[in-house]
Amino acid sequence: MAHESTYKPNSDVEKFLDDRLPLPRMASDFLAMPTPRNLNYFYTFGGILTFCLLVQIMTGIVLAMHYKPSATEAFASVEHIMRNVNWGWLLRYTHAVGASMFFIAVYIHIARGLWYGSYKAPREILWILGVLIFLLMMATAFMGYALVWGQMSFWGITVITNLFSSLDALIPGLGTSIVQWIWGDFAVSDATLNRMFALHYLLPFAIAGTVGLHIWALHVTGSNNPQGVEPRKATDTLPFHPYFTVKDLFALAMFCLFFAYVVFQAPNYLGHADNYIEANPLSTPAHIVPEWYFLPFYAILRAVTFDFLFIPAKLGGVIAMFGSIAILFFIPWLDRSRVRSAKHRPIYKWFLVFLFISVCALGYLGAKPAEGIYVVLSQVFTFYYFAHFLIVMPFIGIIERPGELPRSITEAVLGGGGAPIGAAAAPEKR
Amino acid sequence: MAETESTEQDGTRRDFIFISAGIMTAVGAGAAVWPLIDQMNPDATAQALASIEVDLDPIQEGQAITVMWRGKPIFIRNRTAEEIEEAKTVEVAALPDEAARILGEISQVPATDQNRTLGGENENWLVLVGICTHLGCIPKGQRLGDTKGEYNGWFCPCHGSHYDTSGRIRKGPAPENMAVPPYSFTSPTKITIG
Repeated sequence: MAHESTYKPNSDVEKFLDDRLPLPRMASDFLAMPTPRNLNYFYTFGGILTFCLLVQIMTGIVLAMHYKPSATEAFASVEHIMRNVNWGWLLRYTHAVGASMFFIAVYIHIARGLWYGSYKAPREILWILGVLIFLLMMATAFMGYALVWGQMSFWGITVITNLFSSLDALIPGLGTSIVQWIWGDFAVSDATLNRMFALHYLLPFAIAGTVGLHIWALHVTGSNNPQGVEPRKATDTLPFHPYFTVKDLFALAMFCLFFAYVVFQAPNYLGHADNYIEANPLSTPAHIVPEWYFLPFYAILRAVTFDFLFIPAKLGGVIAMFGSIAILFFIPWLDRSRVRSAKHRPIYKWFLVFLFISVCALGYLGAKPAEGIYVVLSQVFTFYYFAHFLIVMPFIGIIERPGELPRSITEAVLGGGGAPIGAAAAPEKR
Repeated sequence: MAETESTEQDGTRRDFIFISAGIMTAVGAGAAVWPLIDQMNPDATAQALASIEVDLDPIQEGQAITVMWRGKPIFIRNRTAEEIEEAKTVEVAALPDEAARILGEISQVPATDQNRTLGGENENWLVLVGICTHLGCIPKGQRLGDTKGEYNGWFCPCHGSHYDTSGRIRKGPAPENMAVPPYSFTSPTKITIG
């Protein structure tokens, strides 16, 4: 379904290149990609995410020029960046807040994909690459937070790496060996911090590579759209440039306003005060709370407080947490409905709304102490999280009678036979 | 007929070369990758800190100290007669974890207080790896003002595990008793850990 190339090399230089390394053709076709005319602002987050990745890589590389990845110097070098390095405060706050912005954008992007059924054929690989990027982002963010070497960093690494010790329940000694291998010591130490730094520097480039594949896959299948019907005729699409470059840039400008507000007015709003205390291996903070973007998964981890068959509670929690992400890889095949967009699915859409509520609720519960009603509620929402994918998705798809689909995107947009492409001055108007 | 046989024989010889070459490649790849993996394990400096000596003389009855061993906190408590009594009266069958959890032992003895200390005249000394067996936090209970949990031993603030006066898990998510490191008395008031 990849679109035909419309590029015509004009100058001699273009003709020369076109026969050898056709970069101009690639760029031209990239900009000319036929894009459904009804994309709304939820579709601008792909571009916003690319921007976020670039910001993180650029600020990260310059921060690495001043940071010292050793247990004795790391915390002081972060303070050195904040106080002494020219513009260090801006670079570090942009990088730290940038991680949160990245996750805000990715959660909206994922929710958009779920709502409009963007994971369904032929976009399964596109979706799977996206889940892979999400996983890499989480690993990168976790290690980056560790580098600050404050109390939350240190105890966050301790708690999360110790998750693997739960494997001792399967084969005695296996978990302990894995944990010591990760640490490079018998406790979280200098060796641990040093390797976290190496990997934190590496993974963003792995993300960039996977993003390249994600965009390539997008250009093969083309964008899904809010109606969830494939473009059928020329009036259904508009060239990516200038129609969607402009739309993406406007949305990016709005996003940057929000980004800048947090960086300049509330840079520590999303952080924890405890992380401004240097790591102390002899004292655990009263409440260990991960960064906000991990809270739903942390709540799922803690929701398993009971032994299940031969699996003890500690291992069960770990399996549930990793399973909650792994399950996303399979949803192109778990959803049995042929209709993509929740807009045309009268029953399913309410279940999907409840999934979004559940994830937000788990995020709230992940920050609360693991006791009393909080545990019970975590268990209820964790149950729904899995039930949504394993029960609701397969069965609602079979029993639901979807609404009537528009015959084409043009009909959905203009409500009639369609107008020529030049007349579509306001493609987002429905 | 003879021709078919020779073809078959060639095939078998070729299969043999394929399989043996494949196995040698796998062995070679494994040997090349192993240093890249094993370099992450605790290095010689980490291994070298494996043994420390602690003077118990200044620790009064009812007091506890924390020392570092292999980068981990070690709790040493000089228990009162009351605390020893509390630890001794519990039935092993009533414990969530019935194994004594002596570090480095493959087969674990029952988690009686006798087995978790050196017993006899040194039964007042309890030496533990002061790490919660749930997710690795440091339990409270070493300092005077600390909360010691429902069983008068230690309490982990992270996810609410309660340990008794023998360092055994009694309530909460931790799966195991706090580990006892290998140690021995080198003089009446000194121990060597590790």
